[in-house]
Amino acid sequence: MIKLLKYSLYNILRTKFTLLYTAFLLLATFSIYNLDPDLAKVSLSLLNVVLLVVPLICIIFGTVHFYNSYEFMELMLSQPINRSTVFISQYLAVGLSLCLAFVIGVGIPMILYGADLALLVLLAVGVMLSLIFTGLAFLASVLTRDKAKAIGITLLFWVYFSLIYDGLILYLIYVFYDYPLEHATLAMVMLNPVDLARIIMLMQLDISALMGFTGAFFQDFYGSMKGNLISFGVLLIWILIPFYFSRRVFLKKDI
Amino acid sequence: MINQINLTIPLTTSGKGYIHCFLWVFLMAVFIPFDLVGQKPKVLEVREGEQIKKAIEKAQPGDTIVVYPGIYREHEIIVQKSLTLIGIDFPVVDSEENGDIFLIAANSTTVTGFELINTGHSNLNDHSAIKVFDSNHLRVENNRILNSFFGIHISNSKNITIRDCFLEAYELSSQRTGNGIHLWKSDTALIANNFIAGHRDGIYLEFATEVETSHNIVEKNNRYGLHFMFSHDNSYYHNEFRNNDAGVAVMYTRNVVMEYNLFEDNLGSGSYGVLLKDISNSTIRYNRIVNNSIGIYMDGSNNNTFEHNLFRRNGYAIKLLASNDGNYLGKNNFIGNTFDISTSGMIITNELHKNYWDKYEGYDLDRDGYGDVPFRPINMYSTIVERIPSAIILWRSFMITLLDRAERVIPAITPENMKDEKPKMRPHDIDFKLE
Repeated sequence: MIKLLKYSLYNILRTKFTLLYTAFLLLATFSIYNLDPDLAKVSLSLLNVVLLVVPLICIIFGTVHFYNSYEFMELMLSQPINRSTVFISQYLAVGLSLCLAFVIGVGIPMILYGADLALLVLLAVGVMLSLIFTGLAFLASVLTRDKAKAIGITLLFWVYFSLIYDGLILYLIYVFYDYPLEHATLAMVMLNPVDLARIIMLMQLDISALMGFTGAFFQDFYGSMKGNLISFGVLLIWILIPFYFSRRVFLKKDI
Repeated sequence: MINQINLTIPLTTSGKGYIHCFLWVFLMAVFIPFDLVGQKPKVLEVREGEQIKKAIEKAQPGDTIVVYPGIYREHEIIVQKSLTLIGIDFPVVDSEENGDIFLIAANSTTVTGFELINTGHSNLNDHSAIKVFDSNHLRVENNRILNSFFGIHISNSKNITIRDCFLEAYELSSQRTGNGIHLWKSDTALIANNFIAGHRDGIYLEFATEVETSHNIVEKNNRYGLHFMFSHDNSYYHNEFRNNDAGVAVMYTRNVVMEYNLFEDNLGSGSYGVLLKDISNSTIRYNRIVNNSIGIYMDGSNNNTFEHNLFRRNGYAIKLLASNDGNYLGKNNFIGNTFDISTSGMIITNELHKNYWDKYEGYDLDRDGYGDVPFRPINMYSTIVERIPSAIILWRSFMITLLDRAERVIPAITPENMKDEKPKMRPHDIDFKLE
């Protein structure tokens, strides 16, 4: 498994895509820091990168890489190697390299320019989103043999989680605004990792705006130690779900 | 009959204060020669084991009573003649929860250097460490007032100086705390350099005019840091109002000047940096309004000027209800607020001019330092959140950002004319005169 992981990582490094991704993140973070040295504004600008760009890159790269290493996987599977090992090493190789790229790209400017708690939380959230969307990419890839179709599915995932889902929530809030929606929205947010990541960051950044009744309710939940543990726990579950399902499909799949 | 006149004169620096002082000096110049025919002022000493009350009974108007260090278990010390009460090294006067400590109804009295503690609570009698009625030319200086219900309670008096006092109460429920400095129906006062914490309202003024409040630190009070009503022509400089339960609320008053103050950390659903209710013709300049749920909340306030203020990291920098008219907001800095301005109506008669908004994304082709396209500070989403509070859960999501962009280009549900025609490109360099 370690050997497989090593070869997969080596493969990924050879494509230079992760290096490009790291360079992009470095450039973006440096310019954000230079634009405004106020840490709160830095976290805000980075938040958009983390919520939009990171999932998109992860999901596209994950899918493309899966299909590019199709032959490699076929070769490996013809050897006496456990299917699960092949899959896990592929997943870990992609996930780890993307996380590493993110941590280096965003972390180095943080070390140089300084960071506060909000930025550190952002770093953690970014790593988790990277893993979640890598998992989703693998899920899309194992669902179909057609690369173009798989990329279509991944894009759909991305659009759904970052745009359509919020639209649905807004619609529900509009339709049912006569009713107490606090618990419902709380649950709905849990069903979307991007929203959950956003709310975790909101608790760090916009505390003072969240002081109305609803805000206080969310603050009460997400701002507390328990809420933090729960929301990070749910993110963890979000990492595991696509991973688990894609692995299951992969094990039974006729490659 | 006036026997003696204390030579301490309340010095207020507000305009009319000076006139009062000059009048007073003039009157003294005329009357003192006749008056000095009486006996000379004496100095009476009170040491531990003796009673301040006895000394006051013995004293003649104009005398000085010096109280040496120690603990004096006394309450309701009534002062009905002009005396100067001086505590050396903070002698402690402990009411032991029995009620008022000093009750003053005499002109030209000074209380300085005491530690007054444990007045006990009574909503019926407003127990206070220092309670003053119908007294002119009063000075309360350099006292420590701890665990009192009301701290300094003044009614129907003139020419008052309260400075360098330290007031702290420890009760947690606002029912069991009184106001720190309470002025009712009084005029010409100076409240300066005091520290007030743990009371109901830090500074409370009602029907108090010509009051100058400066360099006070008011924090962690159970209700408002500063609360006034019907208190016209007052000025507030260099005060710090921090972390009070409901912030600062001022009402039904005109001609207020607030400058160089700090309003900070007032967080909560009913908490405001400054709440302005029916305030008119007032000037609010050079203030720092930082990290409040709502920086400034305005209702029914007309013709006020807000200039050179800093709004930083507030939930809402300004909530402007439609009942406000003719206010001018110019040259302020809005930095890092979640929402800059929200309003309830569609018709806006308030003016925004040359403010710096960190959310402005326009350009400056002619390089005059001001953007060429107007800035609309009202966020569409704040209007939605106003109507449906749960919607805050979607704040900062991609979709909301898109909707907001669209709204800024073509306003549909936000007032079209709420805009700054000349938004500044870089923050104003504001001198807050910080030491």
